[in-house]
Amino acid sequence: MSAIYILWLRELKRYFRSRAQIVASLGQPLLYLLALGFGLEPVFRKAGNGSYMQFVAPGVIGMTVLFSSIFSGIGLLWDRQFGFLKETLVAPVPRIRIMIGKALGGATVAILQGFLVIIACFLVGFRPRSFAAIPVAILFMVLIAIVFASLGIAIGSKLENMQGFQLIMNFLVMPIFFLSGALFPLTNLPKTLAAITTLDPLSYGIDGLRAALIGASQFGVATDLLVLGCLSVVLMAIGSYFFSKIQL
Amino acid sequence: MIKVTNLVKTFGSFTAVDNISFEVGQGEIFAFLGPNGAGKTTTIKMLTTLLKPTGGRIELDGLDPAVKQNEARRRFGIVFQDPSLDGDLTAYENMDIHAVLYHVPRKIRAERIEFLLNTFELWPRRKDLVKTFSGGMKRRLEIARGFLHTPKILFLDEPTLGLDPQSRNQLWTEVRSLNQSEGVTVFLTTHYMDEADRIAEQIAIIDHGKIVAQGSSQKLKQQTGSDSLEGAFLALTGASLRDEKASSADQLRQMARMWSGKR
Repeated sequence: MSAIYILWLRELKRYFRSRAQIVASLGQPLLYLLALGFGLEPVFRKAGNGSYMQFVAPGVIGMTVLFSSIFSGIGLLWDRQFGFLKETLVAPVPRIRIMIGKALGGATVAILQGFLVIIACFLVGFRPRSFAAIPVAILFMVLIAIVFASLGIAIGSKLENMQGFQLIMNFLVMPIFFLSGALFPLTNLPKTLAAITTLDPLSYGIDGLRAALIGASQFGVATDLLVLGCLSVVLMAIGSYFFSKIQL
Repeated sequence: MIKVTNLVKTFGSFTAVDNISFEVGQGEIFAFLGPNGAGKTTTIKMLTTLLKPTGGRIELDGLDPAVKQNEARRRFGIVFQDPSLDGDLTAYENMDIHAVLYHVPRKIRAERIEFLLNTFELWPRRKDLVKTFSGGMKRRLEIARGFLHTPKILFLDEPTLGLDPQSRNQLWTEVRSLNQSEGVTVFLTTHYMDEADRIAEQIAIIDHGKIVAQGSSQKLKQQTGSDSLEGAFLALTGASLRDEKASSADQLRQMARMWSGKR
């Protein structure tokens, strides 16, 4: 337990000490929130879908948690060769505990980052339907963070070089984001696109966030919880398997 | 303390370590020398549970690291060729995490950390972030950390690479004094023959995955009729240059240098 705790604490300390990075990583979500939020507002409203700012805010929150958590895991690529992680790989601690500490740390940081974006959403005019919905939203943030921190660790354990990182970025992380319904409603989509969106784990996370925050849902909260809950267990298992197999 | 018999490691059709055997006695300082790509680091990785051998046996303090992984890990400390400190944590925090991971009892933790940071002259800088340290200070901190859990064996993989003579000299003095006071067995690799000559009691020279000679520095010089260890090394391994293929780790290492501007 103490190993998990100290590795989790390490991630938090690093997060709070890198203020420049905290600000920098808010740039992208803010850009989406402001440019798309205000830019697409008129068209969206005209189409009879209500406020786009209200619609897109949960998507941007989910995006923040996704990026932050998945990158904490993919960072293993670097960390295992030139970083502190190498030291933990020869420590007399079962690898699964190191993986759990790392995943929980990455997930916690992602959730904190998500909180900051929630506050930013608030400042630009987003209003959740009720404040009682916030805990449910947090639950979904936690699930998204665990799913993608584990996925990141699975990938980071396998990647060999920086070229691989680019591939993952362009052919996995960005598609997960763009095909999740974070930016557009999943209703009345072309059949192929609709099918793909149901295969994207983030779709359920965004859907859950939207259900909690603005009361609109495509799949239903129960389905969202079930899918993400199962995925977090499965990906945690896959992540720790690959992590335990790391050889240098 | 370390016993290696018929150890083999192959990567596809390439044999990195080719049937080597050697023994290192308790409390000994053992230097493992060889040109680039000879199989030194691969051997250390197998000894320290980071890589599975293709064949052969390893015993660390009587334990097979492939089977009794965690017990074996408890018994050794290692300083890697590449840095493995957390630059965003302080020197003290780096030591503290290590102490927790290695189950150093809470009562002696603070005392042991203070003793080692003092020994390696880092105590006054304990509250500074490691990223503000010089290359030599980082190495000293890594070695201090390697000693923290009072290991029976300390592996040092090219610990003095890129350091100035002052830092190198100081580092070996400290390692030797701890070797004597705590009876730690030291297994080191280096490219600086004068260091190996001065500090190591036993030397093995590896080339193309095979051990080509072993014994004391004196014996190696006699065997080759050279007056220095460097002469003996060149006589045994030839003067031709080794052009290795760069691995993905080497490519990353190059990027690391580009970004940080130093080792």
